[in-house]
Amino acid sequence: MYLLAIDLWFILEKAILIASIIGLSFFIAMYTTLAERKVAGWMQDRHGPNRAGPFGIFQPLADGGKLFFKEEIIPLAANRSLFLLGPGLAMITSLVTSTVIPWGAPVVTANGTIPLQVADVDMGILIVFSVVSIGVYGIMIGGWASNNKFSLIAAIRGASQMVSYELPMGLALIAVLFTTGSLKMSEIVASQAANGWHVIYQPLGFIIFFICALAECNRTPFDLPEAENELNFGYHQEYSSMKLGFYLFAEYINMFVSSAVISTLYFGGYDIPFVNEAAWGLQPWLLSAISFGVLMAKIAFFLFVFIWIRWTIPRFRYDQLMNLGWKKLIPLALVNMIITMAVMLWLKK
Amino acid sequence: MQLTNRAKPVDRQPMTFLESLYLWNILKGMLITFSHLFKRKATIKYPEQKRSFSKVFRGLHVLNRDAEGRENCTACGLCAVACPAEAITMEAAERLPGEEHLYREEKYAVKYEINMLRCIFCGLCEEACPKDAIYLSQTFAPANYGRKGFIYSKDELLIPHPVNDKEAYQKALGEKASSN
Repeated sequence: MYLLAIDLWFILEKAILIASIIGLSFFIAMYTTLAERKVAGWMQDRHGPNRAGPFGIFQPLADGGKLFFKEEIIPLAANRSLFLLGPGLAMITSLVTSTVIPWGAPVVTANGTIPLQVADVDMGILIVFSVVSIGVYGIMIGGWASNNKFSLIAAIRGASQMVSYELPMGLALIAVLFTTGSLKMSEIVASQAANGWHVIYQPLGFIIFFICALAECNRTPFDLPEAENELNFGYHQEYSSMKLGFYLFAEYINMFVSSAVISTLYFGGYDIPFVNEAAWGLQPWLLSAISFGVLMAKIAFFLFVFIWIRWTIPRFRYDQLMNLGWKKLIPLALVNMIITMAVMLWLKK
Repeated sequence: MQLTNRAKPVDRQPMTFLESLYLWNILKGMLITFSHLFKRKATIKYPEQKRSFSKVFRGLHVLNRDAEGRENCTACGLCAVACPAEAITMEAAERLPGEEHLYREEKYAVKYEINMLRCIFCGLCEEACPKDAIYLSQTFAPANYGRKGFIYSKDELLIPHPVNDKEAYQKALGEKASSN
């Protein structure tokens, strides 16, 4: 008699899935750095990096290699253990958020279905939110442990910004959850596939969510924690070598994951738009692959929008940031929530 | 006093709620940056593509030879006198019998040096030369690790032989060949 039935295949399946998602996150993050520099170049009428390999496709490898071989400096006055913990925490939290995202339609095999999702837990989207809120600590600990006034100011800014913008983000999300009736990511996608994407019903909610996602990723126009011209380099000023690389990389993975979350919540996740894919009669694995590709295309679009915004608008002033968060976005999110409730009551859903 | 009709009074009205969300203005800005994705690039891919110099570009000096490959320079020293930066030094010598195929005039420069760190590439030496012996080419002095490397001696400055080394001669002439 087994007290605990350990399904080795299940563990293997999840291990492969986790490894490939982490690999994918790193790969996408690497090439987002290249895309960022390329798009920046094009928007400024330049070519962008094009020396390493054709069209500069080996540029991220060169950058990573450079960071690895840099001298690693830990300031004498820094709090050593916290200083080492900061980048790791930033990286872990940004990777963990990808666990609940459904990456594609489940693969149906003769021996059962394999969901392309690490954990389809009931609390689904709440896990993303809880982990993202831990992500503040990566910045706070890094900034505090550096024992540098610029880092500290940046860390305080980052913390207050992320805490402020989590509120309208959550409020915008509640309206989505009303219409879906579930926190499960797979069900959120399924209801969008059946009834149409949430962005059609919740355009205001989407805009609020997107703005808050920018703020949560510390992207321009909300990149106050690393405001180069006021704070030198922000919370990772004292970091060097791969620890700095971890912070920079974690930011790009955050971008990738938040693009995935936006696509899943508002743009139908892996749902293929305008067609009824079930009627094609394709192999299930092929269908899963196509749906995965569709999700990737949506993510790529949002990554482009993130970059596009960064190279278009300047940074907000701190008071503008707080005004926008507390006086504009939260009331709007509340109005959005109330309208959603009223419409749902009216339609007697 | 009004100078032109183009002056616009600054709008000091407080922003309305919609304006204070910045959404519309940000969208307008994003359209502008998007249009720049498809514009002609202002930069070039440097080592593969190079911008051409102007016809009157003044680069490194070249000591000229005539069509038979004899050196034009007669070591008169006018270039050194004309040089405002005092970058040119030379030593003259008399042409010996049997050297007629090497030097065009009876006097020639044994030593001819230009210090490229001093030179300001003004081209006054070219203007001063009565024998058309020195001109400024269309290349610039390459970087060097030592100061000595910037003092160009005569064999570095001399143009390749027009008969023995035709191709290199034409290349060294560059665009000056057609303009002369």
